[in-house]
Amino acid sequence: MSEFRVRVLAGFLLMLTGLISGGAGASEIVVQSTTSTANSGLYDYLLPIFEKKTGIKVNVVAVGTGQAIKNAVRGDGDVLLVHAKAAEEKFVAEGYGVKRFDLMYNDFVIIGPRADPAGVAKANDIGDALARISQSESLFASRGDDSGTHKKELALWRQAGTDPTVASGRWYRETGSGMGATLNAAVGMDAYTLSDRATWISFANKGGFDILFEGDAALFNQYGIILVNPEKHAHVKAQAGQAFIEWMIGPEGQETIASYRRNEKQLFFPNANP
Amino acid sequence: MQEIAASFRIAFELIFALNSELVEIVGLSLRVSLTAVGIALLIGMPLGAALAVGRFRGRFTLTVIVNSFMGMPPVVVGLVVYLMLSRAGPLGVLGLLYTPAAMIIAQVLLITPIVVSLSRQTIVELDREYADYFISLVTPRSSRVMTLLWEARFSLVTTCLAGFGRAISEVGAVMIVGGNIHHLTRVMTTAIALETSKGELELAMALGIVLMLIALAINLLIALFRPRDEGRQTLRASV
Repeated sequence: MSEFRVRVLAGFLLMLTGLISGGAGASEIVVQSTTSTANSGLYDYLLPIFEKKTGIKVNVVAVGTGQAIKNAVRGDGDVLLVHAKAAEEKFVAEGYGVKRFDLMYNDFVIIGPRADPAGVAKANDIGDALARISQSESLFASRGDDSGTHKKELALWRQAGTDPTVASGRWYRETGSGMGATLNAAVGMDAYTLSDRATWISFANKGGFDILFEGDAALFNQYGIILVNPEKHAHVKAQAGQAFIEWMIGPEGQETIASYRRNEKQLFFPNANP
Repeated sequence: MQEIAASFRIAFELIFALNSELVEIVGLSLRVSLTAVGIALLIGMPLGAALAVGRFRGRFTLTVIVNSFMGMPPVVVGLVVYLMLSRAGPLGVLGLLYTPAAMIIAQVLLITPIVVSLSRQTIVELDREYADYFISLVTPRSSRVMTLLWEARFSLVTTCLAGFGRAISEVGAVMIVGGNIHHLTRVMTTAIALETSKGELELAMALGIVLMLIALAINLLIALFRPRDEGRQTLRASV
């Protein structure tokens, strides 16, 4: 039986090492953020610079804006970095966030097959572009996941005076997934979709797809950054979280954001005014 | 098909260059899943044995429940563990969410039913096979369980492999409770999901190939060191 006991002991030791090496240290923070910022590679570029300077390790959880806010409400994060201004202001007004700062912006674009069956490229404005898609009943892939991009898309449809959800499952396809997964789905089924420019530029599986509509002022995409309120959740690492926010909205963070390029294109434009 | 060929090329490049990020991700995958299998065995084998030879009320119901838990979707397990470990949840004070420990807990919940169910089956069959020996020797039930577990040890290797297979391949649970955090909780499956969502399909596929190669290596290793039917021979010899 001794051999068996040795194995059991080994199992226990393995288990202990697994559990002990888990916990997060004091100078580590969790940032609840969006798939668009993570998929574009911004954090991989920016965080090592911040970590080297301050010694604070930043752990990014990338989910949709809706889920990121809910996670932060539950206290599962120290900083919130998302893009849905109305929802962010509600988060602060309800006392879950300390203060909201503008951080950076880019814009949304309509992506579609180069053949452009709905003639979106000829549209005068975003309302016209969406109307062309709905009138021709061309396939449209929606995020359908309560993310910032999804909220924006629904607002744009509302402004265009169309309710696409009545066609859900027919030409309006709600993927319920992140930006990248939705782009994969759109490319796979020849559908139009709304994407933030950063994710699209850094997306590798473009197929025969292109930006077909861009430039309307309504497509503006503002990112904000908020410290989770330590008065609501006492464990929030307010000091380290605040240091991260100050660096991001300060000159060094802003310059770093501006200098991030993919395929020789700038993805995010800093616009904080601390 | 061109993509698949490219994926194999990338996979071998990653392996032979011992890409440091790959090593880190593979290491965490193995650490999390092997630990989960170890804990699940400690909990599941005695429970499986009890269900096999125990004579108590509710045994039938318990067996049915455990068997149906084998089909529990990982994402549901992830959600349950998230709600427990979240700061607003009952175990929030432990601060385990978004750590490898949270991932281990989720995988233990995921694979324990498999271990219970399969070890119960193995031991039921062995017990039936050797019922006469036990009756003739008038063995007490407790030592009978230990003997059966010991004699079944080689069949239980398959149970381990089944549990390990489910743990290392699931993405739903570790994604929610681990958060796929770079250099902290990113494992093979969440890395594959991430690369897929970045449209890096060839790299994602290459990581999938690496995962399959690891599974292959582990199975090969176990197959080579596993004596053929040794368990049964020693029992007959000892009786």
